[in-house]
Amino acid sequence: MGAGIERLRHVEESMGTVFSFDIRGSRDGAEVRAALRAAVLALHRTDEIFSTYRPDSQIMRLGRGELDRSDCAPEVVEVLELCAAAERESEGWFTTGYAGGLDPTGLVKGWAVERAARTIAASGAGGVCLNGGGDVQLLGGPWRVGIADPLRPGALALVVGAHGDLGVATSGPAERGCHVIDPRTGEAPVGGLASITVVCPAGLTTADTRATAAYAMGDRARDWLEALPDTEGFAVTADGSTWTTSGFHRHTAGVNA
Amino acid sequence: MKRKHPLRRVMLGAAATTAGIVLLLALKQPGGSSVAGVAAPPAGGVGASVPVAGAGAPVDEVPPPDGAPVDAAPPGEAPPAGAPADEPPPAADAAPDRRTVLGDAVDTQYGPVQVQLTLSGGRIVKAEARQAPDSDAQSKSVSANAVPKLNQAAITAQSAGIDAVSGASYTSKGYQDSLQSALDKAGV
Repeated sequence: MGAGIERLRHVEESMGTVFSFDIRGSRDGAEVRAALRAAVLALHRTDEIFSTYRPDSQIMRLGRGELDRSDCAPEVVEVLELCAAAERESEGWFTTGYAGGLDPTGLVKGWAVERAARTIAASGAGGVCLNGGGDVQLLGGPWRVGIADPLRPGALALVVGAHGDLGVATSGPAERGCHVIDPRTGEAPVGGLASITVVCPAGLTTADTRATAAYAMGDRARDWLEALPDTEGFAVTADGSTWTTSGFHRHTAGVNA
Repeated sequence: MKRKHPLRRVMLGAAATTAGIVLLLALKQPGGSSVAGVAAPPAGGVGASVPVAGAGAPVDEVPPPDGAPVDAAPPGEAPPAGAPADEPPPAADAAPDRRTVLGDAVDTQYGPVQVQLTLSGGRIVKAEARQAPDSDAQSKSVSANAVPKLNQAAITAQSAGIDAVSGASYTSKGYQDSLQSALDKAGV
């Protein structure tokens, strides 16, 4: 049994973005460090398998028909099943199949973040906050997550507080330009959302696909999110106004209260 | 002394915000977390060129600058993220966990700038310029305006007392000047 740790931070670059680990105390620091190493390795392995930038990745070979599903890593089957479920739930607003391709990248990162965070939590860490490129999985807590203001770079729109497990995903046109399109038109989403944040206690895999679908829906997202169980949303529209689903206030931190 | 042009003031303010983050990234972290393959960009690379006064402004004296991140009216019913509820006591010099970290000197068109941060309990409680161009009156006058903004950028995340930042996806490159990056650098 190793010595305990109070807090452990780690930053890792993978999948074209950066993962920020913030791990709270454990009586057995060695266990937590080992879990962190395993989680980091899993992130890199996920990138190898799912990268659409690597022509020889399993997902690219699967998409070209050079590989059968049965020959793929178990992660591929798991991710594609999750994608199918997200596609059904969103009635096609979330999809891997746009333009005949096979692109589960809308789900992979959030799924990988949630899995990595759970790996570390299972090692006995008191709390885990893992941010993968702007999408955050919180376990334990309490944690406070700032939601970036999409219209004022460097500023925060509000703060989400979590006292237990919570996935916090934000979707928007971001710095790469719009990478979410309306699958029905092939164009940038209508409805003028500058960004939408979805929180789900179930975890980041769910929050992330719902945020992506909601962003694609534009102004239709509000009613859709409202109808989903254990899901709340906060949107900033292009003109700077905001809306939240009816229960979102339960997740906002009472900074000034 | 020549009167400043208002546009110039705005431009410098914008540059200061960027530079604040860049300078944060240039901080040396003794025994800190490793950032594989992520290096702080030179100030010029992001169009940041900002003069900074030699006198550091303590955080609690920083007035809300134009476009200030946390002080501006937040959307919805959310209270201001920069509310003082969680702020560390401003001038507790005797705080046992207080430490300072010194950033790399960054060359700007006005001369070298170097920033020192004071951390307490893992939060930035003070940002001050240790090295700044103050050779002429004009530099001094714009400095007076730029320093509070630089400080504001540096403390946004800390004053909100947050552990992470969620936003539309950033790339490895975008991470470099993200608030999350500032948090990672300042973290204990």
